[in-house]
Amino acid sequence: MRGRVSRKTIFGFIGPAVIGLAVVGIAPLLYALWTSLHFFNLTKLRQVEFIGLKNYLTVLTDEVFWQAMGRTFLLLGTALPLQLAFGLIIALVLHQPGLTLLKTLTRLSLVLPMATTYAVVGLLGQVMFNQKFGVVNQLLGGADINWIGDPDNAFLMIIFWDVWQWTPFVALVLLAGLSMVPGEIEEAARLETSSRWTVLRHVQLPFLLPGLVAVLILRTADTLKLFDMVFTLTRGGPGSSTEFISLLIQRVGFRAFDQGLASAQAVILLIITIILAQIYIRVFYKEVN
Amino acid sequence: MAAARRQGPMWGQFALLLVIMLVCVFPFYWMVTTSLKTQIVALEAPPVWVFEPTLANYREALFEDGVLRTLINSLVIAICTTGLALILGVPAAFALARFEFRGKKDLWFWFITNRMVSPIVLALPFFLIARNLGLLDKHITLILIYLTFNLPIVIWIVTDQFRGIPYDLDEAARLEGASQFTIMRKICLPLAMPGVAVSAIFSFIFSWNELMFGLILTRTEAKTAPAMAVSFMEGYNLPYGKIMATSTLIVIPVLIFALLASKQLVRGLTMGAVK
Repeated sequence: MRGRVSRKTIFGFIGPAVIGLAVVGIAPLLYALWTSLHFFNLTKLRQVEFIGLKNYLTVLTDEVFWQAMGRTFLLLGTALPLQLAFGLIIALVLHQPGLTLLKTLTRLSLVLPMATTYAVVGLLGQVMFNQKFGVVNQLLGGADINWIGDPDNAFLMIIFWDVWQWTPFVALVLLAGLSMVPGEIEEAARLETSSRWTVLRHVQLPFLLPGLVAVLILRTADTLKLFDMVFTLTRGGPGSSTEFISLLIQRVGFRAFDQGLASAQAVILLIITIILAQIYIRVFYKEVN
Repeated sequence: MAAARRQGPMWGQFALLLVIMLVCVFPFYWMVTTSLKTQIVALEAPPVWVFEPTLANYREALFEDGVLRTLINSLVIAICTTGLALILGVPAAFALARFEFRGKKDLWFWFITNRMVSPIVLALPFFLIARNLGLLDKHITLILIYLTFNLPIVIWIVTDQFRGIPYDLDEAARLEGASQFTIMRKICLPLAMPGVAVSAIFSFIFSWNELMFGLILTRTEAKTAPAMAVSFMEGYNLPYGKIMATSTLIVIPVLIFALLASKQLVRGLTMGAVK
């Protein structure tokens, strides 16, 4: 009996959302596909012409593109392990009994970083990491470190802010997983062994897996999207040391005005995103289920 | 003995919790205090911790530099896009939760994968289309493009919420001759209000926080507050106090909203992957 309604009714409910999302989400993608097959420069709009897959060939053989891609995954590969390690420690501490009030306050303060406007995180970075007036160098005992102007330090700074903003998220996800472990099972395990590691590995880990998978997928997607914070903090510099993939595409499209090439880069980024999402879903969802 | 064994770790825990809180909160402390410094104080090296606070930065930013107008723009855009996402998303969520039809799974998957797509992929064509249609620097442009992430979040959270409502209630109403629309509006929607509210808060936060589309698609008329804050960054002598005052004005409303929804925040950010 359930759900036997006419097609017209179904369309009436779901049609507006489908049409709305198609207009703002799919139509632009098709237009990007069209643009990517053309020579399309914002300063030379009279010369728009069809050039087939030439833009794609340029992107695929372009060192700058793959360097930006590599940099993006380097960020993911360094920030994510730190977020997982710190996040797990925080979750385990919050999961312990006792100090209820302090833990409630800690949980609330964990909410703050992840709600903060990304652009503001970047601006805060400018202020706090300034070589001369910044509080970070002061807290490091009057160090004279050039954070924003040095390629390696700038990258470290981006890692710092990414970890600051998203460790709380990982911690709260893992905490939610820990609280799913039935109390009796955890108690029994603690009586059996005094090793916290054994309890974590054999009793708690299975409950943490779905959260870990979600974190992995979302952090990958968000790192590929990363723009606002880096743009306000370093604009991709110095040089191209913090030019992650979204910043590169923005620069090519809006500062070098080559919309055709930028669209080809965007389409390739989209394809990579889809492939990664598929791999993650295939590999992990089987294991979890 | 158990008590004695717990004494040690308790202090360790206490210290660790304090450190966690300090690391989370310190940047906000620094933001607010810097916003209360005059330019001369802000540029002291090494930075000073005790000084005479002034509200001059807020006054100048809000009333002389036009931050107030950009805050109003951001507010209008965030409220409108959230309203639109709810109007389109709630009925769709009801259909996904209550009706059986072909292609339902694919449709749901498509709604959700929009969360994965990098906004820069949409920003390029959207800019060209908006330029051709004369829609650059208009509120409506941002209201529409923000639907690409707001609609999925509304559909995800509200579908979940509708599924939790017992089907018997629908059945009873249908025997009385109520239409599906009436069932949704009069019976299910009131019960689904918590989910609707949480998804609205998320939609608002995401729209309010967004920078890239605001930067690319607006100039002056519809400029959003984050885009405004960034435009202070041009030039050699950066007005740190004013930048931090603007940042504070941007961040305070989101933090309040986030604290209100803190219990659901994780669930919303993982789009329900974690309950």
